[in-house]
Amino acid sequence: MLSKRLIACLDVRNGCVVKGVNFESLREAGDPASLAKRYNQEGIDEVVVLDVTATIEGRRAFEDTIRAVSRELFIPLTVGGGIRSEPDAAAAIDAGADKVGVNSAALADPSLLTRLASRYGSQAVVVAIDAKREQGRFRVFARSGSTSTDRDAVEWAVEAESRGAGEVLLTSIDRDGTRAGFDCELTSAVSSAVSIPVIASGGAGTFEHFTEVFTLGRADAALAASVFHFSEHAVADLKRHLRDCGIAVRC
Amino acid sequence: MIALIDYGAGNLTSVRKGFHAAGADLMTPAAPSDLDRASGIVVPGVGHFGATAALAGDWMNAIRRAVERRVPLLGICLGMQWLFDGSDEAPDIPGLGMIAGRCARLPQGGGLKVPHVGWNSLRRPRDSRLLDGVADETQVYFTHSYAAPVTRESAATCEHGSAFAAAVECEQIFGVQFHPEKSSDAGIRILRNFVGATR
Repeated sequence: MLSKRLIACLDVRNGCVVKGVNFESLREAGDPASLAKRYNQEGIDEVVVLDVTATIEGRRAFEDTIRAVSRELFIPLTVGGGIRSEPDAAAAIDAGADKVGVNSAALADPSLLTRLASRYGSQAVVVAIDAKREQGRFRVFARSGSTSTDRDAVEWAVEAESRGAGEVLLTSIDRDGTRAGFDCELTSAVSSAVSIPVIASGGAGTFEHFTEVFTLGRADAALAASVFHFSEHAVADLKRHLRDCGIAVRC
Repeated sequence: MIALIDYGAGNLTSVRKGFHAAGADLMTPAAPSDLDRASGIVVPGVGHFGATAALAGDWMNAIRRAVERRVPLLGICLGMQWLFDGSDEAPDIPGLGMIAGRCARLPQGGGLKVPHVGWNSLRRPRDSRLLDGVADETQVYFTHSYAAPVTRESAATCEHGSAFAAAVECEQIFGVQFHPEKSSDAGIRILRNFVGATR
């Protein structure tokens, strides 16, 4: 049986993980490669590395980070943040990414998804969608949630699939950073509309939130950052909890 | 020297890295005749079966000659599907035909998504050199929409809607539908087993 995936997200700025590292128990907190390695040993199913740097110098440092993370990691690695063009995607993939996450650039030019899919295969193309509730619908936002678009999240996910995206990384802007739980309604609406896997993101706070998003939310995978920093055994403990709830996870 | 065939079907960085961890550095042959010196051949590949059209002709002939010399051959993902007669995904493009059968689209519906993406478990019906040391029910990473039928060459099967061949093995011919280079310790073990077969 296909397992539900747990994905750890590392937000990286100038070679350092910058989010969810306020816990003293986490000695390697600043170094993405050591953190990724630890998660791998604990049984995480995938790693996402997000570039939150803006400068050209920062981007070069970021490629070194991808190289360092991918060197010891033999599970899928997705790279996102600032992938605006085919050369950006090529640089990330050449540095060791298996998949690239594309957000604002795909909204501006949806054919980018098709071009990336024909070059690297759909399995390498993740469309990242940031959505916010508005009058009973889910509006898509670009540029890290700062710019409103005319698109509806469900419709955009369906179009992105038809244009070549192989997975959807769906973030609830309303829930992001709140630890109030994933937006199961949003996740379920998108997951039911597409045949590609949907990764739920935004709002993870407790183990129960993961159970909810895998059942009510119909998510294929769930992504979190800080929740995995809670303890040295967070990944293993979470998997045990999910198994006890009858959800298939990788041992 | 193990040859990694680059026919433009996806990125090979991870495959190279996986083999490096398994103790072998692969070389990419520039011409089919380079395969005459190969001790092993890896055919990778992601994406559409149509991409394997680039292997038709000289590459296919050189690979056939190598297999006749009993050089171990490993197909990964699309590369494994290519070992079969062909695929419904691109009906006009013949596969290598070293294993009888045709690849078909995975069944959709009943809450099951296609493509089949993620970690799923291997059933091992028999002994296998390629899967030596890999326990029954070990989970490995898949990403595909088409799959090969279960035949007597199946060294492992998997299920997503219906059963399909997750690994094949017939003398010196090996194939895996999953990505060993992305399947953590079990995957590296499988690559090491293949490297062992080339020595």
